[in-house]
Amino acid sequence: MTTEYTTRMGDGQRIFMTREQILADLKEGMADATDLGEIPDLSEDELDKLVDIIAMPARMVGVEPGKEVPVTHDIGTIRIDGDQGNSGVGIPSSRLVGVMMHERAFGADTMELGHIDYSYKPVKPVISNEQQTMEVCQQNTIVPLLYGAMPNLGLYYTPDGPFENPGDLMKAFKIDEARASIEGAAKHATRDITWIMQKMMASGADGINFDTIGAAGDGDMFASLHAIEALRKEFPDIYIEAGMAGELTLGLHGDLQYDGKVLAGMWPHQQAEVVSKAGANIFGPVVNTNTSRSAAWNLGRAVTFVKAAVKASSIPCHVNMGMGVGGIPMFETPTIDAVSRASKAMVEVAGVDGI
Amino acid sequence: MGMPIAHIMTSGMSGIRAAGDLVARMEFSKSMRIGEAKEYVAKKLDVSTIDLSDEYVMREIREDLGIGVITSVAGAPKGIAAKMNIEKLLDIKINSCERFRKQIA
Repeated sequence: MTTEYTTRMGDGQRIFMTREQILADLKEGMADATDLGEIPDLSEDELDKLVDIIAMPARMVGVEPGKEVPVTHDIGTIRIDGDQGNSGVGIPSSRLVGVMMHERAFGADTMELGHIDYSYKPVKPVISNEQQTMEVCQQNTIVPLLYGAMPNLGLYYTPDGPFENPGDLMKAFKIDEARASIEGAAKHATRDITWIMQKMMASGADGINFDTIGAAGDGDMFASLHAIEALRKEFPDIYIEAGMAGELTLGLHGDLQYDGKVLAGMWPHQQAEVVSKAGANIFGPVVNTNTSRSAAWNLGRAVTFVKAAVKASSIPCHVNMGMGVGGIPMFETPTIDAVSRASKAMVEVAGVDGI
Repeated sequence: MGMPIAHIMTSGMSGIRAAGDLVARMEFSKSMRIGEAKEYVAKKLDVSTIDLSDEYVMREIREDLGIGVITSVAGAPKGIAAKMNIEKLLDIKINSCERFRKQIA
């Protein structure tokens, strides 16, 4: 009788697969990544290691002693006191309490302070409140504490912002106007992020986390890269983590460039180069999870993409491994068996510098 | 119990329970890759790199150096005071400490 191992689908559902089926899915996921990104295959040894990790009998697995890596956090304390129906658990507490809980109770290596709306633009009206909270947190904690939010260029378009929605313009075949709108929004976002961090650095922040760069396309990434550049110039010692939104930079504009490179269509190993050039300290590659494929397929694909990014990068890579990225199932409460296996695989096979 | 804790338990360096915050600071402040960051911190602490995630080893070292522990040891440096000791240990500047010094100058 063939032995079957418990594993998961990309949506988290429990399934059973043989070693041969796991290996086949790993190879298929890897092939998808190598084809799209034009990057190298994993070796046979690395594929065997991934099979071993997925097939481990324990509910939770861990990296080998000595291979541990620092963990950074998107969304920060909002996962404690926030409750958006998805990622927060709504425990009444302050953000200071959230930071201290992570530092002293959870063993977090770093932490992040963020605004409940979690985009940079809405921080502006409440900047004094954010500064005060940062000061109090810095006085009471020891781990590196970043300020974090999403660049979220979408907030700069109508009806939320001053620039006409490029999607609407494109539907009317007004391509030049759509591009001009994206460029205008990007300038505003760069200006806002820089201004917010000037304030937060004056309040003792260790640095900034850009969460989900490129979520609104190449304009979003363009704005973020220029904000990184401006912040590095003004604050040479600022900690900058640049985390992406997806594996592929979407070309809503299509012609935006940084350092002579077109941003649209960049894969993680290419994103790493421009993020480093702009002045970030840590790059956060993302590979999205396909809910209709197995955890093995997703992990094979994600590890292949991220390994190439780690190799191409000149700065540390902290892979994004939240719900629905980095081989983690797309589910509000991803199972510990799937999270720990993906986590171990990224450290021991992709060679990430952190998570 | 949630996803971030699963990552911390699987792959993390345990923060100030061990030396995870120190290694993270070197990745951030000098853009050191993981191997270089661990070597740098281990050398400063005079331990091996495997000790950096070992709570048993790091507990006493942290308390001796005054760089912060998770429990409320009376009189031990906490917050900014602990970070000032980390600055000296790692030979780096920490923004909140710089701001604090400016306020008391």
